[in-house]
Formats: sequence, C-alpha cells, structure tokens
Amino acid sequence: MTEPTAPKGTTVVAEWVVKSPVLKGCSARAAAGFAAAAVALFALAPLALSDFRLGLLAKYLCTAMVAVGICLAWGRGGLLTLGQGVFFGLGGYAMAMHLKIADAGPGNLPDFMQLYGTATELPWWWRPFENPLFALAATVLLPMAVAAILGSFIFRRRVKGAYFAILSQALTAAFAIWLIGQQATTGGTNGLTDIQGFFGYDLNDPVNQRMVYFVIAAALLLLIALARQLIHSRYGELLVAVRDSEERVRFLGYNPANVKLVAYVVAAGMAGLAGALFVPAVGIISPAMIGIVPSIEFVIGAAVGGRASLVGAVLGAVGVAWAKTALSEEFPAAWTYFQGLLFIVALAFLPGGLASLVGIVRRRRAARAGGEPSPALPLGEAA
Amino acid sequence: MTVILGQTFTGISIGAVLLLIALGLSLTFGQMNVINMAHGEFIMAGAYTTYVLQKSISGAGLSLLVALPVAFLVAGALGALLEWLLIRRLYLRPLDTLLVTWGVSLMLQQLARDIFGAPNVQTRAPDLLTGNITIIGGDDPLTFANSRLFILGLAIAAVVALSLTLRMTSLGRRIRGVVQNRDLAEVSGISTERVDRTAFFIGSGLAGVAGVALTLVGPIGPTMGTNIIIDAFLVIVVGGIGQLKGTVIVAFVLGVLQSVLEYSTTVSVAKVLVLVAIVAFLQWRPQGLYTLRTRSLV
Amino acid sequence: MSELSGLEIRQLRVSFDGFTAVDGVDLDVRPGDLRFLIGPNGAGKTTLVDAVTGLVKAEGSVLFGGDELLGRSVHNIARSGIGRTFQTATVFEELTVLQNLDIAAGAGRGMLTMLRRRKGVPESVGRALETVGLAELADSPAGTLAHGQKQWLEIGMLLVQDVRLLLLDEPVAGMSHDERQATGELLERISEDRTVVVIEHDMDFMRSFARSVSVLHAGKVLSEGTVTEVQADPKVQAVYLGHAAVQDAELILAEPEA
Repeated sequence: MTEPTAPKGTTVVAEWVVKSPVLKGCSARAAAGFAAAAVALFALAPLALSDFRLGLLAKYLCTAMVAVGICLAWGRGGLLTLGQGVFFGLGGYAMAMHLKIADAGPGNLPDFMQLYGTATELPWWWRPFENPLFALAATVLLPMAVAAILGSFIFRRRVKGAYFAILSQALTAAFAIWLIGQQATTGGTNGLTDIQGFFGYDLNDPVNQRMVYFVIAAALLLLIALARQLIHSRYGELLVAVRDSEERVRFLGYNPANVKLVAYVVAAGMAGLAGALFVPAVGIISPAMIGIVPSIEFVIGAAVGGRASLVGAVLGAVGVAWAKTALSEEFPAAWTYFQGLLFIVALAFLPGGLASLVGIVRRRRAARAGGEPSPALPLGEAA
Repeated sequence: MTVILGQTFTGISIGAVLLLIALGLSLTFGQMNVINMAHGEFIMAGAYTTYVLQKSISGAGLSLLVALPVAFLVAGALGALLEWLLIRRLYLRPLDTLLVTWGVSLMLQQLARDIFGAPNVQTRAPDLLTGNITIIGGDDPLTFANSRLFILGLAIAAVVALSLTLRMTSLGRRIRGVVQNRDLAEVSGISTERVDRTAFFIGSGLAGVAGVALTLVGPIGPTMGTNIIIDAFLVIVVGGIGQLKGTVIVAFVLGVLQSVLEYSTTVSVAKVLVLVAIVAFLQWRPQGLYTLRTRSLV
Repeated sequence: MSELSGLEIRQLRVSFDGFTAVDGVDLDVRPGDLRFLIGPNGAGKTTLVDAVTGLVKAEGSVLFGGDELLGRSVHNIARSGIGRTFQTATVFEELTVLQNLDIAAGAGRGMLTMLRRRKGVPESVGRALETVGLAELADSPAGTLAHGQKQWLEIGMLLVQDVRLLLLDEPVAGMSHDERQATGELLERISEDRTVVVIEHDMDFMRSFARSVSVLHAGKVLSEGTVTEVQADPKVQAVYLGHAAVQDAELILAEPEA
C-alpha cells in the first residue's frame, strides 16, 4: 500500500484503486466509490482521528468485514446466518493462539496455561499454530472448512429459512459453551487475553497499531471488491434466483445446495479474516465476542444499512458499532433499548435498510420530474 | 444399572422443562410458523410474576398456585400485544420476524433489569416440593426431586390441555383450519386475525406457565430466557412442524441424550454432541420427526 | 438440435401416506409428439409429472430416450434434458427477463464462467427472446410481467435450457383467447424438434392443438388416442359428466370451436 497520509499518496491510492485489475469492467461510479472509500480510510481517518479513535475504527471495520459476508449470504442468498460468531471466533482464536505462543517465546507455555493448566507442554492441537504460515492460513481456511462441512450437510437435506437460522444460532451457542468449558486450553470465559506482539511488532507501539489499522482497512476494501465481483457475476444472479425460488432452480438443472454452499463458505472465510485481524486490533478474543449476542449484532448492522447492498451493509455495520460504543459508554440501558428499536424499525418498517431510502428518494425525484417512474426496485437490487 | 436409571430420570426431568418451554412454541412456531425470539422473555415474565406474587401472598404453595393462571394471563397478554403491534405485519416474512422479535426480547430484558435489577432473584419453593421421593432405596439410592416431579406433572397436564383444546373445541378447529389453509379459512368466514391473536395468546401464555415452573429449579434473571430458548426451538425443528407428538417425544429424547452425554463427558461437550446428533438426525428426516405432507412447491 | 427422444412410462405408482395418486400408469409418448394429458381434478396428472421430474418418489419405470429417470435427483433429471413448468408461473421475480433466461441456459457452465459477469446476450437466449416474443421486455424485472408473459418466459427458459422433453402444467390458464392461440402455435413450432406433454383443462385448446391425447382418471389411464378417438370413447364421456349426462357430454366434447 502506498504512503497513506501525504496528499500526493492519496491520489496514488485513488489511481491504484481505479486501475486495479479487480475493478476492470466496473462502472465509473463504482470505481469512484472505491477511490473515495480509499481516501477516507487511508488519508482522512488517520489524519482526523486520535490513535485511540483510530483503534476503535479498526475494530468497527472488522465488524464491517463480517457484514460483507452477511450481505452475500443473507442479502443475496437468503441464508440468515446467526452463527457468524463461530467463524469470527475460529479466525480469531487461530490468530490469537499463534500470537500467544509467540509472546511466550520458544519453549514456554502461554501465560494462562501456566496459571490454570496442569499441562507441562502445549496440547497437540495447539502445536501447528506455532508455525506463523499455518496460523495465518488457518484463520481463513479453518472457518471455510467448517462451513463447508456443516453447510454441505445442512443444505443437501434442504434445511432452510428459519430452520437454518436456528441451527446456526445453536451452533454458535454450542461453540461458545464449549470454549468456556475448556478453560485449561482455551482460556475459558476470559479467552486469550493480553496479546503483546504481532509477527514481531510490538502492539503497544502506536505506530504498529496504526499499521494494524491500515492492514484492516486494506483487507476490508479487498473483501468488498471480492464480494462485488461475486454479486455481479452470473453466480450472483443465480444466488438471487436460489433465494427467491430454490425449487425452480433445481428444475433448471442446478443443485441449489452447491450455490448456497459457496456463499456460506465465502462468508465464513470473510468472518474468519475479520476475527483474525480483530485480535491484534483489540488484543483479546473471548467467548463473549462470538456467542449468540455478538453473532446477532453482526446481522443487525447489515440489516440497518441494507442487507442486499454492500455499501449499505458496510456503513450500517460501522454505524451500529460506533453507536454502541458511543451510547453504551454513557448510558448502557439506553443502548439496549436503542438496539432493540433498531431491530424493530429496520426490519419491520424498512426491510431494505437505509440503502433502500436512496432508491425511494431517487424514484420520488424521477416521478416529480414528470418522467416515467422506474419500476419498483426489488429488495435485491437496492444500490 | 442405578447410574443408567439415574441419568434417565435426570434426562426426563430436563425433558419435562424443555417440553414445557417448547409447548408454547409448538403453537406459535409449529402451527403459525412465527419465530418469536421474545418467547424466552415471556418465560421470564412468568417467572417474575411468581416472584412478585410471592411478595404479597405469604404461603409459598398458595402463591405458586395463584401464579400459574396469573402468569398465563400476563405472558399471554404480552404475546397478544406483540402479535397486534408487530407480528401480524410480518406473517409473510418469517426471517424478519425472527430479528424483530429479537429486538423486542432485548428491550424486555432491559425492562426487567430496570424494574427488578440485574442480579438474579430467588423464590421460595413450597415445603411439599422441596424434598425428594426415593425410587430405589439401599446403599446407592435413586431419588427424584419433588419439584421435578411437579414439573413433569405440569408438562403432561399442559400437553393434554393443549391437545384437547386443539382437537375438541371450535377454537382449536379454527386454529387448525387457519394453519392448514389460510385463504380457505378466510373465505369460510373464519376471522383469521382473531384466530392468530388467540393462538398467540395461548402459546405465549404457556411460556408464562413454563416460567412459573422454572422458578422451582433455578434462579430468576433478566437473561434466563435467552439461554433456554434455543434448545426449545431445536425441539420443534427436530420434532416437526405442527405436530404435538413430535414435540413431546423429542423433548424427552433430547433431555435424556443431554443427561447421558453429560454423565459420560462434560456439560459443554455434551451440548456440542447433542447438536451434532441433531444435524445428523436432520440428514435422515430433514422435515423433522413428524410432518404434514403438502403439495405446494415450497 | 439434439435428437428426438420419447417417453416410456411403465406401471408408474405414486402413493402419499396410503393414498394412491398414480396407480399403475402405462404411457408412451412418441418422439416429437404434442401430447395432451387431460382428466378431472385429482386424476393424478400433476403427480405424474412430479414423478417424472423427480419431485416425488415413485415405483415402476420411466424411460426417456432409453435412460431410467426414477431414483435420480431433480437437478440430475433436469440436466438430462427434461424441463417443466408449474400451474402457477414460477419465474425469478426479482431478476430481469434476460437474467432469467441466462440462468436457464447455464446449468452446464464451468466455475470460471459463473464467476464472471455476463457480457451481452448469449445467442440461444437471444433466439428464445424472439421465439417467445419478449425481446422488448428483456431488461424488465420478471415480477412486472403480465401473467401470460410469465408463462411464455417459462417456456422460453425451457428452450434455452435446451430440453428435449417439455412438461407443461396448464400453460394457457388465465390467458386471453389471442394469447392461447399464440401459445398453441408456439407449442406446435417447438414440438417440431422436441417432445411436448401438456396438462390442460381447456378443451378448446386441446382440440385445436393436440396431436394425441391421454385421459387420466383416478390415477389410471382411461383412454388414449387422437382427439377424435378420445372424444368418441364413452368411458371418457362418463367420467367427465357422469353416466346420466353422456348425451350432453357428447355435445360438449364434440362441439366445434367457437
């Protein structure tokens, strides 16, 4: 990535984004959007925000990465996954395990194991994570593999809709409970805490914290580009078709289970990467961040912004995460009421999320201009 | 031998609690296809009703007896209100209903926290229900807590009452009519709106009754509903939609499975294994244990 | 175009929980036939199509071009060149007409093609748009189409899917007279190089376009032959209007087109 703060660097970033091969063939508007996002993330935010606020933004952007996957799986594929916490957690724990081992230094056990563990050496399933490359790959591949196995079982037998949602929620509950139960090897309720270093960089150094922020921002843009490509591809059209009428797709000779599986697995990988980058940004991963409640909070951001719109989902996720910090610091009770209201208003009265307001306004304006009103944009087409 | 029997009895008592919680859902989720995540908070409302009543009625036994109908009414009224305010607008959007009612459940939890405080509270169980009955005496005795026996009895009574209501009364026939063919019921002169609301009232009321029962086996707290509601939903998913007998069988089977697995492993591993068993079961019967066959494409 | 294939059904039986919906049906559809399946409600027509396309489990044998279809999954059967429509038009309402057709054309596409954007209009899709007369509506969301247009879109989807056997469930239900006529002519053209089976209640439509007819009643084939042969069959008349009304039935069934 280019120099982020200098104005000259900004144009370079913008140019890089516009010319990047990923975006070839996209409309000029999309390219401009990416450029604007890059400027905001790499130049404006680091200039305007204190180190502390930038750290918070890094955390919100991780939530937004999960929302990108939810937009794909739920918004486009109709798979309401209330279990993204599992994949977020798998990525986070994979990363944290490596960092804990690295923090402890060669031959030593991570601090919490010395504290409550009776073990004198690393459990066998920790060992592979000593290798940084394995750990890095595992942050994305492990959630994808778990999603692939689970998804193939669930989708093959046509478990869908609400049943899928409930199963995915039960899954995240079971995972959190299991983690809590294995205190000696997972840190139990506390999780893996107090992470000091990130591949040789000291996380207490503000410069390195900034670097983590830039990595996260770049990863988010990458995931958005990837999701955008998927959504606008033939696969993306097929995914919407499966969402709207799975049986019909079957009679056209496709196996809808595979179509859904791809979206589910990709979303899982995105959540895994988000979890992995969350760890250096916040310094901790624990069952409280991956259980039922956080999993459903991932969904609310996407729902408020607009589940079917990438921009909506990302902005919604960042906005809701920001509102949570801002409100819950001052008035924790008010935050809970507000969150509840958000769910109700966003889903009962504005199912397309805030992104659908753009479409509504555009149609109104077109109608007022006397032009023929464009046909009502379906949910899946918003923005 | 005693161990196996003991685990089975523990399982049956877990199953009875599950059944009582799932019973209301079998009406709202199973029959009406509404996923009400606030159902857990209706349970909580029933539990707090017991707690409040015990403050004004001195006898623990009497207050428990009074709490059963009152909790039914309180939770039922909450349910009917929720149906009227939100759910009726969302009958065609089941996934959105799930998330909207989750929002409601968050607000109800916070409301409980604001009224009763965040820490858990306890009620006194009547003396009659504090002891144990001995099933096998001797050196290695096998006992069953009276409170668990009461819950088992209550669950059975609730199942009988609900299935009689569905089968014998005109209200029950209307509910089943609306479930099986909404449009046809409508043109036959049944007010589907009123039937929906009544069914929701009864289903939510049963949650309140479950809440009363839960005060006998655990503490009362704002988040008590969240933790148990998922298991209850799984009971309905596995039992099959619209089928009371599926709910009953699966509640007990899952209860026993959980208890046996807990004995041979740990509580947390047992949770994971039960879920694996459920996913495996759905491979075999994806529609659940019992299903109504329909010809519709979806 | 791939070669013509016929359908051979032997002793097909479908039961739901003790109720036998299709009860030992034998049915042969010649390659290139335009066969109408008629019969009263509950005769088992749709269930028969459900069994052939793998939607319901069935006993017996269904051969298409010599390959056994029973026991295979729905998408697998679809891939061997069998397509169907439903009583209520089911198109992907939130996708455009073009997208609907493009998806129907693409079951055999590889990974890489799927992950790229659609560029332009594939040739087969363009041809189908012309054939079913929806070229001007290519970019409209399918949900905004009129009822008859949705039915045509469905037929268009079967064409781009390049099926060799079309199973159409009441394709002209709810259409105006002109639309029926157009649909019938379309089916005649399609059946020049494909085999077509139509479930229909509309007797005028059947008389105008059927090359052969099978009458189903209570899960069995009651009568089979040309339109004239079937109309002359007293069993058919009895089923349609009851024994007492055989005379009236003759009148109604034999009534020439208005």
